Amino acid sequence: MLLIQCPWCGERAETEFSYGGEAGITRPLEPDALSDAEWADYLFNRTNPRGAHKEIWNHAQGCRRWFEVERDTVTYKISSSYKLAGGAAEKES
Amino acid sequence: MQRNRLQQGGRIDRTRPLKFRFDGKPYGGFHGDTLASALLANGVSLVSRSFKLHRPRGIVAAGAEEPNAIVQVGTGASTIPNLRATQVELYEGLEARSTKGWPSLRFDVAAVNNLLAPMFGAGFYYKTFMWPRSLWQYYERFIRASAGLGTAPQEADPDRYEHRNAHCDVLVAGGGPAGLMAALVAARSGARVIIADEQNEFGGMLLATTETIDGEPATGWVQSVVDELAGNENVTLLPRSTVFGYYDHNFVTIAERCTDHQGERVSGGVRQRLWRVRTGRSVLAQGAFERPLVFCNNDRPGVMTASAVSTYINRYAVCPGRRAVVFTNNDSAYQTALDVVAAGATVVIVDSRVAGGGALGEAAIARGIPVLQGHVVADVVGPRRVTGVRIAQWHGDTAAAVETTINIECDLLAMSGGWSPSVHLHSHSGGKNVWDDSQHCFVPGENIQGCVSAGSGNGAWSLRDCLQEGLDAGKEVVQRCGLKNARVTLPVTNVANTIALQPLWRVPATKDADRCPKQFVDYQNDTSVADIRLAVREGYRNVEHVKRYTALGFGTDQGKLGNINGMAILAECLGEDIPSVGTTTFRPAYTPVTFGAGAGENVGALLDPVRKSAIHELHEAAGSPFEIVGQWHRPWYFPRGNEDLHAAVARECLATRNSVGMMDASTLGKIDARGPDVVEFLERIYTHNIAKMKLGRCAYGILLGEDGMLMDDGVMARLGDQQFYLTTTTGGAAQVLSWLEFWLQTEWPDLEVYLTSLTDHYSTIAVAGPNSRRVLQEAGCDIDLDKENFPFMCVKSAELAGLPVQLFRVSFSGELAFEVNIDSRYAAQMWQTLLEAGAQFDITPYGTETMHVLRAEKGFVIVGQDTDGSVTPVDLRMSWLLSKDKDFLGKRSLSRPDCQRKNRKQLVGLLSEDNTTVLPEGTQLIEDPGAATPVPMCGHVTSSYHSACLDHPIALALVAGGHSRKDATIYASLADGTAVAVKIVSSVFYDPKGERQNV
Repeated sequence: MLLIQCPWCGERAETEFSYGGEAGITRPLEPDALSDAEWADYLFNRTNPRGAHKEIWNHAQGCRRWFEVERDTVTYKISSSYKLAGGAAEKES
Repeated sequence: MQRNRLQQGGRIDRTRPLKFRFDGKPYGGFHGDTLASALLANGVSLVSRSFKLHRPRGIVAAGAEEPNAIVQVGTGASTIPNLRATQVELYEGLEARSTKGWPSLRFDVAAVNNLLAPMFGAGFYYKTFMWPRSLWQYYERFIRASAGLGTAPQEADPDRYEHRNAHCDVLVAGGGPAGLMAALVAARSGARVIIADEQNEFGGMLLATTETIDGEPATGWVQSVVDELAGNENVTLLPRSTVFGYYDHNFVTIAERCTDHQGERVSGGVRQRLWRVRTGRSVLAQGAFERPLVFCNNDRPGVMTASAVSTYINRYAVCPGRRAVVFTNNDSAYQTALDVVAAGATVVIVDSRVAGGGALGEAAIARGIPVLQGHVVADVVGPRRVTGVRIAQWHGDTAAAVETTINIECDLLAMSGGWSPSVHLHSHSGGKNVWDDSQHCFVPGENIQGCVSAGSGNGAWSLRDCLQEGLDAGKEVVQRCGLKNARVTLPVTNVANTIALQPLWRVPATKDADRCPKQFVDYQNDTSVADIRLAVREGYRNVEHVKRYTALGFGTDQGKLGNINGMAILAECLGEDIPSVGTTTFRPAYTPVTFGAGAGENVGALLDPVRKSAIHELHEAAGSPFEIVGQWHRPWYFPRGNEDLHAAVARECLATRNSVGMMDASTLGKIDARGPDVVEFLERIYTHNIAKMKLGRCAYGILLGEDGMLMDDGVMARLGDQQFYLTTTTGGAAQVLSWLEFWLQTEWPDLEVYLTSLTDHYSTIAVAGPNSRRVLQEAGCDIDLDKENFPFMCVKSAELAGLPVQLFRVSFSGELAFEVNIDSRYAAQMWQTLLEAGAQFDITPYGTETMHVLRAEKGFVIVGQDTDGSVTPVDLRMSWLLSKDKDFLGKRSLSRPDCQRKNRKQLVGLLSEDNTTVLPEGTQLIEDPGAATPVPMCGHVTSSYHSACLDHPIALALVAGGHSRKDATIYASLADGTAVAVKIVSSVFYDPKGERQNV
């Protein structure tokens, strides 16, 4: 079971979190301007790397904040975790 | 009579005799015995029949690696199957049964398998019973019964189990010399320490050794260390506790057996406890397993590992034989010969090496023990247990047959093929194991997590090396924890010696290995040398394939004894060396863990939280059965007299349509959304136009996933310029809140919106039916409820029966209806008040079933019942809800080619043409019941009821291209093979113009 560093609450067990998949997937500003293939790329295609992977997690059983984690998909080692850039919580703190 | 019991010595308490039964027969033992040591003391050599060939088997080992003595302990509800007799502590009245062998161990009908053994080679089951496939279901039952791996209890487990979470700086797995030493260093240095050992007392091999520490018996040192650790408040000592799994990020699980050793029915307390430990660092000191040697009939009862014989003599005061032969390829078994002689029995040493023995060898010769060097045991004599061995001169060539020249009569054969470190936990933690060419064993490779291996589990064989490694490992983890190392000195022990092993992976027979008596590699699965050779002949090369084909290492012991020999023999067959054949990845659990410990306290009422509405007690008093929806318990229907579900629902439906009904809708999700940007936010989430909603207006809203599929629905109300009250489905409440939070935090953090779940704070009572307005008026309402002042799809704050409420004019039944939202503390009172106010209209409480029928008559969908995550709003004829003026989540997906397909499954109504059949929900729909199988399916029934108001069955269904197939006849394929003709109709069966709700 992973030990995940929540940027707000500190280290907590994986069971407190829910997984949100690859980080940095930005919703296109003008979906209608995209071809079907471009929209499908946003919707379905992910990098699925072997090694370092940036992903988002939600501290669902805690502060309920989404944040970013860099995790190695082979060793499961988590090298860093940080608040989302420009996130609302960052504005508050 | 305990005829193998020694008069003195051992760690048993002769003043506390115990009685127990094995396979129904009474025996005696002592406190401190294991079931295995007590059976051996009583001269019980036959403890099981083997898995496949039903050969007689005896106790081989003294610990977790025991492959044969698998027993069922206890009776009735508290019985535990598949325990190793070597790990079961004896208690008064213990009842144990062999899990293999029917009808009895001595007369086993299936032993005929052994006579047919040539038929039962590797892959026998695959080759024979899998064909023809259709008969496998019959074979399987027979095979499983004759394999006989214990019986699960039939009754509920009466005992208590629990889970406990813990944190520590240093976890030590194993309480032998290395583990104790490491724990001592860590404890003295101020670390929080947990040390766990699977045995009843700490000490590991020191409990069975004759060696000294600081000039005293080793157990004296053990006691002093345990005393010091017990006196340290930072240390948790866990005896009878198996570290069975090492998971990611130093998460470790431990199964503690709290009362199993006291007896079967111990009142009070916890029987087993599962520890979930997050540790900073850990020391893995699990020890090593002695390897068997591979020769003909090496599975006969009376053949044991040498260290097990020493353990039974020194720890349990049991000498398992009077005339022993020790067969070894290394020095360590010479100690066993000395132990056997000290126990008053005779012994001959057979050593495959031409020279060796070291200091122990000299001691053996000094004691006058005969040593046959350069010889091997090639075969065992005795059909039911060892009566002698056949010995051959060893020429060193495994490919050539040997010639037996010496026969020795004996009743015990102690063998040692060297040692295999127990690398299980290192393997669990993600570490690789590497082959050590000088020691001829796998040792832990690079540490992946914060764990360090020490002692014989790391390939250190002498006591001094084990203590030194424990000391070093302790210092290393203390330093890594950022603590300062306290001073600990190494105790004084005998001179360190090596075991000088010369590999001997198998002894050739006097004839070809495929025709000689069986040479067993894996006792538990009856895997022999011939099986591995057969697998290679049949083309298997990869160790993982060979293991699966021969079942090598696939028993409950995970091949603790047999794996290394098996891999070495495979390497020989393939002409490769052992490391290139590969290694085994061990996985949790190290030894089997009971379901009780796994479940912990999460059983019965604690299995899952139960959510009850604030009105629950009144529903219970009214006699309502409950339907479980998620974690909610919702009233299902309210029977009067002896009514069944159908009668009650018919009455409730008619009462609601004709006069008035009421239901508890409190489980609907409720979310307060407010803030300066709430309109913009909801515009992006919901599909309809939010900005156009006037204050005090309600709207039906739907949310789509980005893939365009319907995710949830509900009524929303605008309570202020910047405040909305959102409702969700009962099951979707948490998901919708998370969905809103996700977008707010990740994509649109610039929007200032605040979300608060109100699901539990407010209760909802729906009052529906033509007389609903009069019921509220009767209860006393301070606002005008007529159509002009309070039209359909409006919300108003009001006082009802003197209590503040939010009143919604919405309808999920198609009738004139109101939803009363009220602070949950007053909900039960309001329910009671409305019941009384409605008495003159025969107000009828109804449950979820009637609610389902009423909404289905109106064609209202239930998300998750009529939809399944592959249904778009267009499929549901909800295009009118999709704004053309704005973007919203999922909108772009609706124009993807797949969402535009003409033959998408679309929502329709169905009428059975016989006018009587209520179609089972989930029924597949087909075009032509006469078509050849497999019959193509064109849809399925999602909702189906008998409508009391219409007096005929109705159904909703998803049908390919259904919207353009009105009045077409298709068929519903029933489970009994028949088909019912159904007509595709509008999904709105009742009041299609929607006039009844708008009055």
